[in-house]
Amino acid sequence: MKTKLILASFIALAACAIFVHGQEQITGIIREGQHRPRMAVIDFRGTGDAQKYMTTFNSTLWDELNNSGVLEMVGKTFYPVDVPQQPQDFRPPTTTPGLRRGDPPRTVKAGPWLTDWSGPPANANYLAFGYTAVQDGRLVLRGFLYNVGQPDLVSADLIHKLYFGSLDDDGAKKVARDFAADILQQFGRKSLAGTKIFFVSDRTGNKEIWSMDYDGSNQKPMTNYRSISKEPVVSADGKMFAFSTLANHSWQIMVHSVETGKKLPFYNPVSSTIETPEFAPDGRHILFAASLNGWVNLCIADLNGGNMNQLSRVRSSEVSPRVNPKTGRDVLFISGRSGIEQLWHMNIDGGDAEMITNGEGYVANPSWNPNGQLIAFAWTRGPEPGAFSIFVMEIASKKYTQLKSVGGKSENPWWAPDGVHLVFQSTQGRSTQIYSILADGTNPQKLTSAGNNTQPVWANGIN
Amino acid sequence: MRKVSRTLAAAAFAAVLMMTAAGCSKKKPPVATPPPTQPAPPPEAPPPAPLAVRINSFTGEPRSIERGQSATLRWSIGNATDISIDQGLGSVAANGSRQVFPSQTTTYTLTAKGAAGQDSRSVTIEVATSVPPPPPRTVTAKMSSAEILGRDAQDVYFDYDKNDIRPDGRDTLTKNAQVIKGILAADPGFSVVIEGHCDERGSEEYNLALGDRRAIAVKEFLVQLGVPDSSLKTISYGKERPVCTDENETCYQKNRRGHLAPAQ
Repeated sequence: MKTKLILASFIALAACAIFVHGQEQITGIIREGQHRPRMAVIDFRGTGDAQKYMTTFNSTLWDELNNSGVLEMVGKTFYPVDVPQQPQDFRPPTTTPGLRRGDPPRTVKAGPWLTDWSGPPANANYLAFGYTAVQDGRLVLRGFLYNVGQPDLVSADLIHKLYFGSLDDDGAKKVARDFAADILQQFGRKSLAGTKIFFVSDRTGNKEIWSMDYDGSNQKPMTNYRSISKEPVVSADGKMFAFSTLANHSWQIMVHSVETGKKLPFYNPVSSTIETPEFAPDGRHILFAASLNGWVNLCIADLNGGNMNQLSRVRSSEVSPRVNPKTGRDVLFISGRSGIEQLWHMNIDGGDAEMITNGEGYVANPSWNPNGQLIAFAWTRGPEPGAFSIFVMEIASKKYTQLKSVGGKSENPWWAPDGVHLVFQSTQGRSTQIYSILADGTNPQKLTSAGNNTQPVWANGIN
Repeated sequence: MRKVSRTLAAAAFAAVLMMTAAGCSKKKPPVATPPPTQPAPPPEAPPPAPLAVRINSFTGEPRSIERGQSATLRWSIGNATDISIDQGLGSVAANGSRQVFPSQTTTYTLTAKGAAGQDSRSVTIEVATSVPPPPPRTVTAKMSSAEILGRDAQDVYFDYDKNDIRPDGRDTLTKNAQVIKGILAADPGFSVVIEGHCDERGSEEYNLALGDRRAIAVKEFLVQLGVPDSSLKTISYGKERPVCTDENETCYQKNRRGHLAPAQ
């Protein structure tokens, strides 16, 4: 019953993971009882100078749609030869009377039509088409999405839109991604375009907080304290980020504006160790861990650190509080209460504390899926004892599976806003880099390469 | 009369000889030569006078050295049976050399004794002692306190996932307490930062908390031993500052440590 409720909560065709009880294998993302819609995408061409960037455009558009996991892409060998570039290219077939009296009317093909795509051999459900050109020195895309199973153009029309970008490869990628985001939104997939990943990088010689786009582009430093700054988190509205730092020679939390980069006021308690900040989903509180009475325990305070309360009072180390984004009322955290660091869950008032993992190995880095039902964390159980790998768990049933990662030691998973991607760090040899991946373990994308890059969090962009 | 006759006889003899020698063809009978005269035996030589002891040379090279360097004494002595040099060199052969390492200016005297008496000669090797430069002037007492701490304080080690002070840690901290108290006696304003460190297993954030526990445990122990609380601060580095990176227990143990450092 619970499983059905969970699945039913997804919009049709949204991803969910299925867990095989007792096996620690990912079996894949499925959509209950539904086939994935079949999508055809023409090779877009460009007028004039726009044509130079169409290789980039077409491969970006295809990858974005294909990598979403939502669609089944129809291979281009099945496409008809006559390809529409704009709605007026379509010509419905005409009917003429039979040659001789009594013969049935004949259908005469007048040009490209919807049935070229919905029928064999393509058997597509949807067609993305259009073209690019140059306008006022910018690249412009006319993009269309049609439901080719419909009888006429008006009913088929789902998207008809102009997209603008710079007249270069970056602009081509941008318009392709923007178009793909709109298409995926038709299928209930929240777009990743505009989302940001904040992370820690030591490439300047010190650990600083950095940010980048979801695909690894636009990597830039957000701090310059030349100390140890780490554990970034971003508020739900994307406007603030917090982190822990040794910039003032003792551990403190700092809060900065994402837009201006400037420090915002945050008053730290007097404590020898303060770490793992977390923005509450209500946007009005910050949780963190601080050493009070000799033990690092969990605390909650206003956004500027005022009105601080201790959430836990135990003679154990407790770190990494993470608030359920759906309810705002319950918290995952790591605690040594059982004698070794394990994953725990409690109400935000500190009550009803319960150990989630089974007491073996050590656990770190819990992260909530936006749906409030799936979680991810790092655990040292698995084929490489002692090395962390990433696990995905359904919190209600506590059934879990191990994410097949890119190899090496994997830690610090964080769910993407679309609920089907994860970002994480993986160490191979002496190099630690950040990867994004689909929750079924497919389509890993390496996002960083300079220095060592750790502790990624996936955040909404600023609207 | 006999003298004259003898003289006349000698003259006649000479004249005959001369006429014979002049090639007188007439054969004359040979004249007998008198036997050679035996030279008189030389007089007996007196016994030789004994030769004086002769110091041919006694040198030292170089004449000036720096302390720690050496000089070489050389000598050549004649007519001596007993040769010695003072300053501990003792008996030496008639010709020889010896390397010496005087630590200060030293005069070496060679004495040679022989049948005819004795002689002596001296050589002085001067040793220049260079004065070492004075130690750097310390500006404030705090700097030397830091040096003392760095030299004398030892790290204390912990078991895996623990912050208890082990018996070996107690010994270390007892000594460290003495070091700190000694520093504070001369420099009451001095502060010590106790750093807590962990090995690389486990997460960064949990290890930061564990390092905090270790630093606090060290501080509490030192305070119990009488180190003033106000002179001790704590900081955790978790696993941020390993001293080694090998994945074995030897390295892990080195990293699970409490370390004392001077406060900034």
